[in-house]
Amino acid sequence: MVGAACAYYAGLAGLSVTVVDRGAVAGGTTGAGEGNLLVSDKEPGPELELALLSARLWRELAKSLPPRIEYETKGGLVVASGPAGMAALRDFAAGQERAGVEAHEITPDRLTDLEPHLAPDLAGGFHYPQDAQVQPALAAAHLLRASDAQVRLGAEVTSLLAGPDGRVTGVRTATGVLHAPHVVNAAGVWGGELARRAGSDLPVLPRRGFVLVTEPLPRVVRHKVYAADYVADVANGSAALQTSAVVEGTAAGPVLIGASRERVGFDRGLSTEVLRRLAAQATALFPVLAGVRAIRTYAGFRPYLPDHLPAIGPDPHVPGLLHACGHEGAGIGLAPATGLLVAQLLTGEQPHMDIGPFHPRRFEASRGTRSGPHLS
Amino acid sequence: MPGSATEPYDLAVIGAGCAGLAGAVAASEQGLTVALLDASAQIGGQFHRHPAPALGAARPRAPHHDEAAFDGLRRRLEASDIAPLLGHHVWSVVRESGESWAVHATTGADGEEERPVRVRARALLLATGASERQLPFPGWTVPGVVGAGGAQAMLKSGLVLPGRRVVVAGSGPLLLAVASSLAAAGARVPAVVEASGYLRYARHPHALAANPGKLAEAAVHGSALLRHRVRLRTRSAVTAVHGTERVEAVTVSRLDTRWRPVPGTDRRVPCDALAVGHGLVPQLDLATSLGCATRPTPDATRALALDDLQETSVPGVWSAGETGGVGGAQLACTEGELAALAVAARLRGRPALTGSRRALTLRRRRDRMRAFADAMAAAHAPGPGWTRWLTDDTDVCRCEEVTVGGIREAVTDFGARDARTVKLLTRAGMGWCQGRVCGAAVACLAADGGGAVPSSTDRRPLAVPVPLGVLAALDEAGEAGEPGDTRARCLTPRDA
Ligand SMILES: Cc1cc2nc3c(=O)[nH]c(=O)nc-3n(C[C@H](O)[C@H](O)[C@H](O)COP(=O)(O)OP(=O)(O)OC[C@H]3O[C@@H](n4cnc5c(N)ncnc54)[C@H](O)[C@@H]3O)c2cc1C
Ligand SMILES: Cc1cc2nc3c(=O)[nH]c(=O)nc-3n(C[C@H](O)[C@H](O)[C@H](O)COP(=O)(O)OP(=O)(O)OC[C@H]3O[C@@H](n4cnc5c(N)ncnc54)[C@H](O)[C@@H]3O)c2cc1C
Repeated sequence: MVGAACAYYAGLAGLSVTVVDRGAVAGGTTGAGEGNLLVSDKEPGPELELALLSARLWRELAKSLPPRIEYETKGGLVVASGPAGMAALRDFAAGQERAGVEAHEITPDRLTDLEPHLAPDLAGGFHYPQDAQVQPALAAAHLLRASDAQVRLGAEVTSLLAGPDGRVTGVRTATGVLHAPHVVNAAGVWGGELARRAGSDLPVLPRRGFVLVTEPLPRVVRHKVYAADYVADVANGSAALQTSAVVEGTAAGPVLIGASRERVGFDRGLSTEVLRRLAAQATALFPVLAGVRAIRTYAGFRPYLPDHLPAIGPDPHVPGLLHACGHEGAGIGLAPATGLLVAQLLTGEQPHMDIGPFHPRRFEASRGTRSGPHLS
Repeated sequence: MPGSATEPYDLAVIGAGCAGLAGAVAASEQGLTVALLDASAQIGGQFHRHPAPALGAARPRAPHHDEAAFDGLRRRLEASDIAPLLGHHVWSVVRESGESWAVHATTGADGEEERPVRVRARALLLATGASERQLPFPGWTVPGVVGAGGAQAMLKSGLVLPGRRVVVAGSGPLLLAVASSLAAAGARVPAVVEASGYLRYARHPHALAANPGKLAEAAVHGSALLRHRVRLRTRSAVTAVHGTERVEAVTVSRLDTRWRPVPGTDRRVPCDALAVGHGLVPQLDLATSLGCATRPTPDATRALALDDLQETSVPGVWSAGETGGVGGAQLACTEGELAALAVAARLRGRPALTGSRRALTLRRRRDRMRAFADAMAAAHAPGPGWTRWLTDDTDVCRCEEVTVGGIREAVTDFGARDARTVKLLTRAGMGWCQGRVCGAAVACLAADGGGAVPSSTDRRPLAVPVPLGVLAALDEAGEAGEPGDTRARCLTPRDA
């Protein structure tokens, strides 16, 4: 998704772009996640700013891309089970409102107006009308096609080409070389590996998530509905398993229940404990789902960076290399803003927002010695 | 007593077809405690299907060969202390801490409330069989088009005919069996349309000569067909179905050696049903979720890679029957028994068992039948030209109504390169059947070649659909519960 967005905005800026992927379009994490474009789960700060910019850009993109990307501004509904949770939600929303987020408190008696099948005993919630969604694989494929970039699939980048001064001059792939004065690393969870192949370093780690998919249903869930604990899980960096179900209906009928978070490397093995928790939380929110069948579950690996912010900007050691990866559980939502910023950096334009908090050099201090041809 | 100290079973066998039954019985006779699970309400699997008792049918005649062998297995099962867990749909198997496996099933789907069941065991025997491969063609979704295997299964278990005038088409030895069953049950079979040429078997005279049983079986089907005046058309395929409410006729075209329809050879055959199938595809959902390695088969699908004693690449997990490659009922029984000996040898520390006279006989028999199965598979492998009989508006994925044109567009215009990315961009395979019906066809179209072997098997961590309520109650699986209890049960050897 991120690579497609970079290609799209770089193309708009007049650059000629080639997208190289070792696999297929949307074959990475983009094809293994959900397509929530959320502002509701972000606390005030740089990520929220990026999300708000992205939300605007997604609205524009949705006008020019075909309806098949399933863009829908369905809104989010965050619910609390008790008064303490409700109070915490209220504080959180107040901060967000100051940062430009729209949030409306929903009293318990009005919850079922928004979601008729919600459990009856909840303490209330907040409605976030800016939350939207897309079908991520289709969104990436259509955005890439709209970009007019050249696309080379099945071509793995094995190393970067560099001139005598160390500046990047292109990439070497399994099927040949490609020359370009700029290379953007949008390799998602494999962004750390690509950085190493370029002679640099980036601490991207996989954070596994499972999604449960039900049989197709008539619309029983209208918004993205989740319990207040979700926000805490997103912000938590622990390797241990966290689950807080986000429940949503899709245009095609199935209800998606996602997603767990745990750092277990690239292990795809099914965890029944994850499924149990997701199912228990989803059925606690929507008791009608208890009799509904899950027909599928899949795991994906979020590209995680230790401070939960993506890496966007120039590599501190390899001139000509830019990073655009590490978006963890928000890469679909944050892709357009990332693409726009990357295009602005490439053309030397003033970026739309300060990239300081996302700059890849922020990992320098915490790192010890580094090996690589470009160490100076 | 459930819920008390949970001593695992020695062996959990998943699937009570020929392979699973033979394995379970033999393991029990070696002194192992065995749990035998099957989704169906009866033992016997695909081959030994019986009319549901409620139908009150007399003992069915024609479809049941090998009755004696099956009766033998059934008697040995009754004599053992195995209480088969029927109606148990296994949705996942996971490794537990320690040296055991947890088999997760859901049961009670037929009437009472569904509930989770967990069975723990020190070794696993996967004997989940195979399902029929379908290759689409224009009109294959018209009512009256049924799977060839499905038609036979219907006949065996319910004694119903799919129509009165039934064309049988596709590829594989099963077609002859299906046609003779249909004819014997009173249907008129105007033609058996086989895409490959049987002559190709002759290329493997050794395998054939070593399998007199197979030849005899083919001869029985052949003479039954002659008796019923059924025409066998080889190197031909049904390339279109006519009728909207119901099948009225089919178009049969000659094929060249690459399975491309030969222009000008179309002929219309009136009929009211079509039974069609292109061989069987091993059912590997549970195995691939466990990480078991697979191998390509000569008929362009994938089967489990097994060692000489039926063990998969995952230590502690064995497999027998169609999961290791489609080969018929006798091979399945042989492999099941061999696997049981290997499991007993491992768990009881008796390596000599696998070198015993019995084991050597079983291995020889297995090797001979496997060689034959491979020869047969090679003869019936889909030719790359089959995609030529598709039109852009032919449905490939019936659940999500995805057409050939939609899939081709995803590949050429949007960068899909395999079944998974085609699915993501078109929804082909995302519906109720999860690609179990259309997967083979989608993989071929994605690779843009008819005979391409998929490079990996689909991952379906949920082997069968599971109600969310059942998943949510999983942690109660350790608690006590009786069969009628709506809470989960954890079965231990003393339960069963
Ligand atoms: C379960 C789950 C749920 C999620 N839900 C959401 C959500 O609701 N909303 C949201 O915004 N985000 C969500 N995410 C996160 C989101 O999916 C990711 O942040 C996003 O897809 C990352 O996109 P990307 O383009 O950076 O990476 P990817 O989509 O992984 O793309 C990286 C590409 O780089 C290619 N590549 C890697 N190495 C090389 C190489 N050496 N040479 C050539 N090509 C290479 C790969 O083949 C791949 O195609 C979720 C993630 C998961 C796992
Ligand atoms: C329709 C059909 C017709 C056939 N006709 C002939 C014939 O005429 N002659 C011949 O020699 N061979 C025939 N065969 C092949 C023959 O049936 C097989 O060779 C034989 O049945 C293989 O035995 P098996 O034990 O490997 O698999 P099967 O008999 O298929 O048994 C597999 C069992 O596993 C169970 N199972 C699968 N998944 C799960 C799960 N997740 N949870 C619980 N249980 C599960 C199934 O319910 C089934 O009972 C036919 C096959 C089919 C499919």
